[in-house]
Amino acid sequence: MSVQSWTFLLVAASFTLYIGIAVWSRASSTKDFYVAGTGVSPLANGMATAADWMSAASFISMAGLISFMGYDGAVYLMGWTGGYVLLALLLAPYLRKFGAFTVPDFVGDRYYSQTARIVAVVCAIFVSFTYVAGQMRGVGVVFSRFLEVDVNVGVYIGMAIVFFYAVLGGMKGITYTQVAQYCVLIFAYLVPAIFLSLLITGNPVPQLGFGDVDQASGISLLERLNGLHQELGFSEYTSGTKSSLDVFFITAALMVGTAGLPHVIIRFYTVPRVRDARLSVGWALIFIALLYTTAPAVAVFARTNLINSVSEVPYAQVPEWFTTWEGTGLLSFEDLNGDGRIQFVGPDAPTANELTVDNDIMVLANPEIAGLPNWVIGLVAAGGLAAALSTAAGLLLVVSSAVSHDLLKRSIMPEITERGELVAARISAGAAVLVAGYLGINPPGFVAQVVAFAFGLAAASFFPVIILGIFSKRTTREGAILGMVSGITVTAAYIAYFTLLHPELNNADNWWFGISPQGIGTVGMLLNFAITLTVSRFTPEPPPEVQQLVEMIRVPKGAGAVHEIST
Amino acid sequence: MSEQPSQGSAGYGPDSSSRARATEYWRRNIRYVGILLAVWFVVSYGFGIIAVEPLDTVTIPGTGFPLGFWFAQQGSIYVFVALIFVYVFLMNRLDREFDLREGDDV
Repeated sequence: MSVQSWTFLLVAASFTLYIGIAVWSRASSTKDFYVAGTGVSPLANGMATAADWMSAASFISMAGLISFMGYDGAVYLMGWTGGYVLLALLLAPYLRKFGAFTVPDFVGDRYYSQTARIVAVVCAIFVSFTYVAGQMRGVGVVFSRFLEVDVNVGVYIGMAIVFFYAVLGGMKGITYTQVAQYCVLIFAYLVPAIFLSLLITGNPVPQLGFGDVDQASGISLLERLNGLHQELGFSEYTSGTKSSLDVFFITAALMVGTAGLPHVIIRFYTVPRVRDARLSVGWALIFIALLYTTAPAVAVFARTNLINSVSEVPYAQVPEWFTTWEGTGLLSFEDLNGDGRIQFVGPDAPTANELTVDNDIMVLANPEIAGLPNWVIGLVAAGGLAAALSTAAGLLLVVSSAVSHDLLKRSIMPEITERGELVAARISAGAAVLVAGYLGINPPGFVAQVVAFAFGLAAASFFPVIILGIFSKRTTREGAILGMVSGITVTAAYIAYFTLLHPELNNADNWWFGISPQGIGTVGMLLNFAITLTVSRFTPEPPPEVQQLVEMIRVPKGAGAVHEIST
Repeated sequence: MSEQPSQGSAGYGPDSSSRARATEYWRRNIRYVGILLAVWFVVSYGFGIIAVEPLDTVTIPGTGFPLGFWFAQQGSIYVFVALIFVYVFLMNRLDREFDLREGDDV
């Protein structure tokens, strides 16, 4: 069978599965819709969290990014996994004990303030929408490359699928669909990685394989790659080019941002007990680590394969995949010195580089470059779609619950009935899908950058006030509101200054202390902490019932039901 | 459902002896969190970023991994997973010791 037939078959089969699950797991109450009736097992929730968390960026772009960045790629590997330790130790068990439906719920109740609730709603919607636009775009791109339909048609198909199971099933439908999507995406990621590892090193475990001996040259693969890099004028693969300080700040922003992202946090509201919340974070990180420890191996294999198959090869004799991807514009060759051969070289080389390769190609084209069977290529397409759809659905739920629960039920019309709220939740989920689809089809020019910065914004807004809300009884509403507002403002302003207003100044010479816009979320977070703590010292202490609430969430017993705290 | 977060269902009543126990439980929890986060910091920011260059002069025996590079791209992630499970184990033990373990009837 051809690549296209395999892709059609595998994508159609996986979509049928998702729809079947959605029909089976309809939501019948707001509790089902927001937190899946708090009846999800820790293992299933771990898998759902992993799928929720790993987006098109993790699946498609990350290994490619690492293969271009070498050691510096560690910022993504550590940054996007280390946050789970913070979640397990500092957030998830307490938020589960508190037993709310949403993140603004916690902020509003803990800080006894509607203003704090509204600030949190605005932050949650802002972070989630910027993130979701990128996902819908990812769906469209996979469709267009593998099934040769128009990008926009791809976005419509993706919207229809997400609309169906998010609106019908809410969190319950999303959770069980995400379990299936995790299985699809991890299988699709591991199969080509294992093939590649066997081909290059003979070791079936990619995590060990990239530290093994390269069968072609007889020396260690990393040493061989470092050698190739030196020959071609790239910097050494296993050492980085970024400053240590910047690596430190970017890693911290991604870690803390992960722990502050609303669509990740609410996943831990769905398990029955506090101890399930702790365990569930552990399962989630195991499932995530399976992909995240494979990615750096894929990066090394892909880099070696790419160099071996194109460097100094006469353009007339390039393999078929080269020509296919040239057609998409993601790979381009310009014969600058007119010798008819491809010079793929780094900045330190005496000759000019003639080949431009887009990061995203590395995972998508890997199976073709390595000559793997057609079904593996189709599988990668289905996996990429699973990653993008599962993240989009989780984000849309945050937006819909922020509108129907935090804005309608808790702020504007508290007397709304359970039935009315469920209808409102479905309508706002549907509306959110439409807005996300619109952003996917007409992406604002800066979406790609903003997605990466969503982490910095989450780090600078939610993380400090949630932590202090649990660990410091003395933290007051004035402190929290000023902390959130100043943290997110400074972070957003720094990012906007360097990426939107003055992109030409965006280099280490102009940054504060050499901290890039990607790492500025850490500064915003520290500022938020400092302001919240200082202001709290000079404002009246929280009312006794709030201090009791904090004492209550610190002990696990009695978390059985989701509380609906009347303010 | 409109359940007030009362102390009654929170495991400990307001009397002073159980309050002292709750404080002790919290103190022990904070100590576990402190120790585990110290390890978390050392393997990622310490080995993976700050000390990466000196560690890279050592290659893990039997493999081609420079040690610092391995911590940054593999080792730290394995340690993160282990840390969470150690915390799960410690806290389950602590919950039992302080009779704060939640029932299975939910």
